[in-house]
Amino acid sequence: MSTVNVNNVRKVYPGHAAQDEPVLALENISFEVGHHEFCSILGHSGCGKTTLLNMLAGFEKPTRGEMTVDGKPVGDPCWQRTVVFQDYALFPWMTVAQNIGFGLEMRKVAKDRQKAVVERNIELVGLKGFENRYPHQLSGGMKQRVSIARALAVDPDVLLMDEPFAALDAQNRTLMQQEMGRILAASEPAHRKTMVLVTHSIEEAILLSDRIIVLTRRPGRVKANIQVDLPRPRNEDNPQFQSLKTQLRDLIHDEFAVEH
Amino acid sequence: MNGSIANKRPAAAEKDFGMVSQAQPGLARRLARKARSLAFLVFLLALWQYASTSLLDETTRTLLPPPTQVVSAAWELIVSGDLFRHLVDSLRREFMAFIFALIAVPLGIAISWWALVEEQLDPVMELLRPIPPLAWIPLSILWFGIGDTQNEFIIFLGIFFPILLNTISGVKGVEANLIRAARCLGASEWKVLNRVVFRAALPQIMTGIRVGLGVGWMALVAAELVGATSGLGFLINDARTVLRTDYIIVGMATIGLVGLLIDSLLRQLMQVLLPWSKAHSR
Repeated sequence: MSTVNVNNVRKVYPGHAAQDEPVLALENISFEVGHHEFCSILGHSGCGKTTLLNMLAGFEKPTRGEMTVDGKPVGDPCWQRTVVFQDYALFPWMTVAQNIGFGLEMRKVAKDRQKAVVERNIELVGLKGFENRYPHQLSGGMKQRVSIARALAVDPDVLLMDEPFAALDAQNRTLMQQEMGRILAASEPAHRKTMVLVTHSIEEAILLSDRIIVLTRRPGRVKANIQVDLPRPRNEDNPQFQSLKTQLRDLIHDEFAVEH
Repeated sequence: MNGSIANKRPAAAEKDFGMVSQAQPGLARRLARKARSLAFLVFLLALWQYASTSLLDETTRTLLPPPTQVVSAAWELIVSGDLFRHLVDSLRREFMAFIFALIAVPLGIAISWWALVEEQLDPVMELLRPIPPLAWIPLSILWFGIGDTQNEFIIFLGIFFPILLNTISGVKGVEANLIRAARCLGASEWKVLNRVVFRAALPQIMTGIRVGLGVGWMALVAAELVGATSGLGFLINDARTVLRTDYIIVGMATIGLVGLLIDSLLRQLMQVLLPWSKAHSR
C-alpha cells in the first residue's frame, strides 16, 4: 500500500533580501492520493505546484503541516519516492543503459538482475537499440523516455512527475501522453504505481488521471478535487472528456480572471 | 519516427562544426593551406636572418644570433644530451608539483559542498591567492634551499589555485536537478559527491588543470632561473652568464614548444575522456 496524505500544508519562502516580504507559496493544502491512484496537480505556472512536488520528494520541507506516505512522514529524498524531471536531469556522462541502471546500482542490486531490469525498462519505453547512446545524442522525447525508465527501474512506491512532457514539441508531447495513457490502460491496477503528476495541461490531466487537484493562483490553495471515472484508454472525442475539459477550463479561467 | 529525429540531430551538429576540417577535399589542398598560414612566420625568420647576418656587426651579432646559428646550437644541445637532461628535470618538477596540487580537487569540492568549510577556508584562500607564486621565491629559497623542493613548491602554487578555483565554480555550477535526481534514486551523500558532483564538474576541473599546468610551467621557469642547478630555466640563465645567446634562444623555444605540447595533449585527453561535455560546452 502506498497512500499519499497531504495535510494542511503551508509553504512560505523567506524574501531574498532582509527587507523583502516573505512569499506565501502554498496555503492550507490537503488531499489524499489513494493506493495506485494517478493524481494530477493542475494549475497555472507559479501556483506552487512544483513546490508541492518537491516537498513530496523530500527536496524541500513544508513550513507547516505534514505529508505522509503510508502514515510515515516524508523525510529526506529516497528511491521509494522518485521523480521524473521536466528537464530530464539525465547524467550526461552515462549511456542510456547506465542512466537507467544508476538507481539499481545505488540500491546495490545484484549485477545480473540489474541488467535484466534495465533491459526490461528500455523495452517498456521503446528505446531498444539505443542502450549505448549518450543523452546528447537523443531527441527530447527520447530523453524523457530514458528519464521515465530510470525512475521506473528502481521500482518506487510513489512516482512523482514534474511537467514531464512540457519541454517536448507538440507532436512528441501528444505522442508521449498517449503512450503514457496506453501504459496505464494496459497495466493491471494492482501493478500500477501511485503517481503524482504536476501539469498545466488540462488535456494531459484528463487523459491520465484518476484524480485531479486544481490549485488556485499564488498562494496555491486546493480549488477543486475531482475524481475522474472515464474508461481507459481515454479519448478526447468522448463527450464526457469534453464536458470535464470545459469544467476544468472554467475553474482555471476563474483564476485567471481574478488577477486580470 | 522518434529514432530518425535523434539520428538527424548529431549529424546536423557535425555538419555545422566539422565544416572547417572535414569539408576540404584532398591532402594537397590542406597542406597548401597550412603552408600559406606559415608564410608570415617564414618571412619574419628570413628578416631575422638577414638582419643578424647583414645589418649587425660582429659584436652585436652575439646578442642576436641568426636562426641558422640557433638551429645548429639546438643540434649541439640535443646531441650532447644537455637539452634532454634539462627538459626531463623541468618536466619531473612540473609533474611532482602537479601531483601535490591535485589536492585542490577534493578541497575545492569540500569548499563548495559544505558551508562551514567554505566559511573557514575562504578568507585564507582569498588572502593567499593574490600573492603571485613568484613572490614566494625568496622565502622558499630560505626554507627549502636551491633545488627540486623549492622549484616544486613554486610550481605547486602556480598549479594549485587555478585547479581550486575551477573546481569550486565547477561544483557550484552542477545542475541542482542532477543532484536531486541522484538523491531520489537512492544515492548516499558520498555517492552523490563521487558519482555525480565530481563527474559533472569534471570538464571544468580539467580546464583548471589545463590552466594550472600552464601557469605552473611559467612559474617553473622563473623558479629555475634563480633556484636551481638544472632545468630549462637554469639552462637559459646559465647560458646568459657565458653569453651564449644561441643557447638562450634554444631554451626559450623549447620552453614555449613544450608548454604548447602539454596544453594540446590535455585538450585531446579531454576530448577522449569527456566526449559528452563537448555537446554541453558548445
